[in-house]
Amino acid sequence: MARIQPLAEAVADNVRDGDAVSMEGFTHLIPYAAGHEVIRQGRKDLFLIRMTPDILYDQLIGVGAARAMKFSWGGNPGVGSLHRFRDAVENQWPRPLEIEEHSHAAMANAYEAGAANLPFAMLRGYIGADLPKVNPNIKSVTCPFTGETLAAVPAIRPDVTIIHAQRADRKGNVLIEGIVGVQKEAVLAAKRSIVTVEEIVEELAPPSPNSVVLPSWVVTAIAHVPGGAFPSYAHGYYARNNAFYIRWDEIARDRESFTAWIKENVLDAKPEDFARHAAKNSVKAA
Amino acid sequence: MTEFTPNEMMTIAAARELSNDDVCFVGIGAPSAACNVARLTHAPDITLIYESGTVGTKPDVLPLSIGDGELCDTALFTVSVPEMFRYWLQGGRITTGFLGGAQIDKFANLNTTVVGPYDRPKVRLPGGGGAPEIASNCGRIFITMALTKRGFVETLPFVTSMGQGEGGNHRERLGLTTKGPTRVITDLCILEPDPETKELTVVSVHPGVSREQIIANCGWPIKFAASVIETPVPTETELAVLRDINARTKKAHEGAGTGKEAA
Repeated sequence: MARIQPLAEAVADNVRDGDAVSMEGFTHLIPYAAGHEVIRQGRKDLFLIRMTPDILYDQLIGVGAARAMKFSWGGNPGVGSLHRFRDAVENQWPRPLEIEEHSHAAMANAYEAGAANLPFAMLRGYIGADLPKVNPNIKSVTCPFTGETLAAVPAIRPDVTIIHAQRADRKGNVLIEGIVGVQKEAVLAAKRSIVTVEEIVEELAPPSPNSVVLPSWVVTAIAHVPGGAFPSYAHGYYARNNAFYIRWDEIARDRESFTAWIKENVLDAKPEDFARHAAKNSVKAA
Repeated sequence: MTEFTPNEMMTIAAARELSNDDVCFVGIGAPSAACNVARLTHAPDITLIYESGTVGTKPDVLPLSIGDGELCDTALFTVSVPEMFRYWLQGGRITTGFLGGAQIDKFANLNTTVVGPYDRPKVRLPGGGGAPEIASNCGRIFITMALTKRGFVETLPFVTSMGQGEGGNHRERLGLTTKGPTRVITDLCILEPDPETKELTVVSVHPGVSREQIIANCGWPIKFAASVIETPVPTETELAVLRDINARTKKAHEGAGTGKEAA
């Protein structure tokens, strides 16, 4: 059964140095507040996993929390480069970053294989592409029925998956709505999971019998962090702050301005500081 | 005739490639603008799909990312990302993929991964995202990007997604049954693969553009088809629709917040 606890406790109990950590959210519901807590607690040597490492992983990489990253698209969507990610790969600053690079289709299939307790995923993928030449974790299998050669990648099995969701009930059941991404698979593939939520309610009341619900017994910890997806968004609560994504390009371009930003907004901040974003944008809610 | 920029000509020429019957997997940036101009002009019933899982979306402003809330709010339905890539893309349900890229070669292979060697890149680009499987699983691919010497190169440092490979029947030899890139729409001209060699050749030149300009902006000795037409100028309606959506988009992206608050 999921424990409802403060974010700092949830992270201290579940994220350890050296862990394979997946923080998912496909543009929507990105767990920024929880990622910042991981930075504040000084976790290091993490093996970061995420389909679209955007600003949050730029921050984790920039503070030197990661030794490696498995991913399929590392940019600031619609804006450009992730400067901290580039600095780590191009100049090994603040430390070298080992990368394991896939396509979206392969990552999505690999999460699904992890959730299904299979050792690997197969797909009709990577045909004519160069990634298999540089990533030894892209191999192939032959269909035993037709003889077709298909791409194979190992299942993703994180030590801990961290996601943000709209709400949970007091028993710890979680509801996710809107662009649901790969979060359900990422939680089911992981040994442990932390879910931050906008609201904790008496009755979950899923809007449809087919709603995406993670029952309490597959979630390890839940923390109530309103606004915790800012500058990403929470469908039904607040909109994506595109202006901040655009501004991040400037902040992260330079090592000094990045480090100053992290000190002011992460190291010297707390999870409750995210609440003002939930309040501010709520009128623009979807 | 209203004045227009090369970039506006590119987006409008790209939009014209699409029809009401298309089920289109939309890349972010220039492809997204073209697909939505098509939807707001001659192809109101086109199905636009973004890889975040939104199917049949009708955004009022162009998304900054492939997963802006606007896409989900206006979609017919939204699926998970594994379902999007497995059932809809790999399942062969998508007629047209619309991609951009940082670099392209004469066989319309694309690079969005690195400039320089993979292990010690001079420039680390974002990577492939959905492109490798969009390029192989959609019925056909349209590409839109500005024609520049930096972008149109003789040899790619890295093939992120396969176009016509080494040319000729390379796709067939790899077992692919989809067409791959069939049109490349730039700000100066439109290119198509030669029916035999599959090398990109100029088939349509935008109004006011010279052959010399096209040759000077391409990183390989570019060929022209035997019959080259002039791209029709943008109509008043096309320009009005494009400028409207760009203005709405700019306002929305800058207005979502002051950008001053910290996260």
